[in-house]
Amino acid sequence: MVTTAPRTPTALEAELSALAGAVPDPELPVITLAELGVLRSLRVSGTGHVDVELTPTYTGCPAIEAMSADIEQVLREHGRDDVSVRTVLSPAWSTDDISAEGRRKLAEFGIAPPRPHAADGPVPLSLTVRCPNCGSTDTELLSRFSSTACKALRRCVSCREPFDHFKEL
Amino acid sequence: MTPTPVSPASPGAGPAPTTTEAPALHAAALALGDDALVLSHRLGEWAGHAPVLEEEVALANIALDLLGQARVLLSLAGDEDELAYLREERAFRNLQLVEQPNGDFAHTIARQLYFSVYQTLLYGQLADTDSLLAPLAAKAVKEVAYHQDHAEQWTLRLGDGTAESHERMRRGLDALWRFTGEMFQPVPGLDLDWQGMREQWTARVTEVIEKATLSVPEGPQSGAWTAGAGREGLHTESFGRMLAEMQHLHRSHPGASW
Repeated sequence: MVTTAPRTPTALEAELSALAGAVPDPELPVITLAELGVLRSLRVSGTGHVDVELTPTYTGCPAIEAMSADIEQVLREHGRDDVSVRTVLSPAWSTDDISAEGRRKLAEFGIAPPRPHAADGPVPLSLTVRCPNCGSTDTELLSRFSSTACKALRRCVSCREPFDHFKEL
Repeated sequence: MTPTPVSPASPGAGPAPTTTEAPALHAAALALGDDALVLSHRLGEWAGHAPVLEEEVALANIALDLLGQARVLLSLAGDEDELAYLREERAFRNLQLVEQPNGDFAHTIARQLYFSVYQTLLYGQLADTDSLLAPLAAKAVKEVAYHQDHAEQWTLRLGDGTAESHERMRRGLDALWRFTGEMFQPVPGLDLDWQGMREQWTARVTEVIEKATLSVPEGPQSGAWTAGAGREGLHTESFGRMLAEMQHLHRSHPGASW
């Protein structure tokens, strides 16, 4: 896959990117779109048109529409009326795109953050998922699918609390 | 659905479809998109009926993944809503396997096992091509890996479970076996190793079924009238009823929105 050559963003683009990136995730409002790693690019054309590229976590993630609307709104509030938010699929989003700060916030919110992938391959199954409530590594899988497509449901064997785990993708 | 413009890649990130490629790409996107759409609808029928809450959620999650894939694929083939809601039965290009009724939970798991192993292999190969469908395949293959894992774990649990669950799993695998041959008929527009896919599929499915203390069904994988024609628009009896339910609202209230 050929990707478009990287270009240094202008000061205006950097400013607008920071605004768009600070939009909270509609499902997990503790983390921002920038921390989630779904904001791919923001460009301002010569005519002042703002073109934003957003990538979904899962192909069918319904939150993408709310994200687009929220980005348009925040840019409009800052005087940019001509905004288009496009969804792009390539390169595919991965849980490795979540920033360190994003992971910390997820854990603080009670969601076990995704484990990092091996250099080239799946997540090693031996890596345990730590309970976000008590910190125990003695946890078990209840279901691979939870309240949203991106999460699995687990239970802590030590403190008995069930918790969500942002599963690796 | 609210139409969301989804482009498969960044502008300039891939070859633009030429006039000679376009019909083949259209046909391929339609075939794979219809598989995802139809199975998504079937899985959605479990809502409110699954045996346990976790499975209610799991099947709905899988259905949502498939619906997302269907929307991207059908948007490459045309207008997603028109394609989903306004086509007649004969215009659908999905495999007959995915349109089969849910049956009991074991029957649904058998369908999931056969299809998710196929979809993982197909998307895996497609992701490495320069097809315009490659970006979607590269993304979806990671989602489908979870569907396959779910189906395999349940096949093991039901097959190697009680006498009742073993028997139900066996019945599901047997009943759907005759629809599996169609999966390896080459889809026009997709330059893939279909024979290699069949071999890998057979190896994986055999491994899981045997580990589940069951036997790979012995009957033919297709029949003159039972399989091999979904890709040509020939479908089984229950598909018409499924479409009637799926399309009823849109056809009764054209242009309706929330």
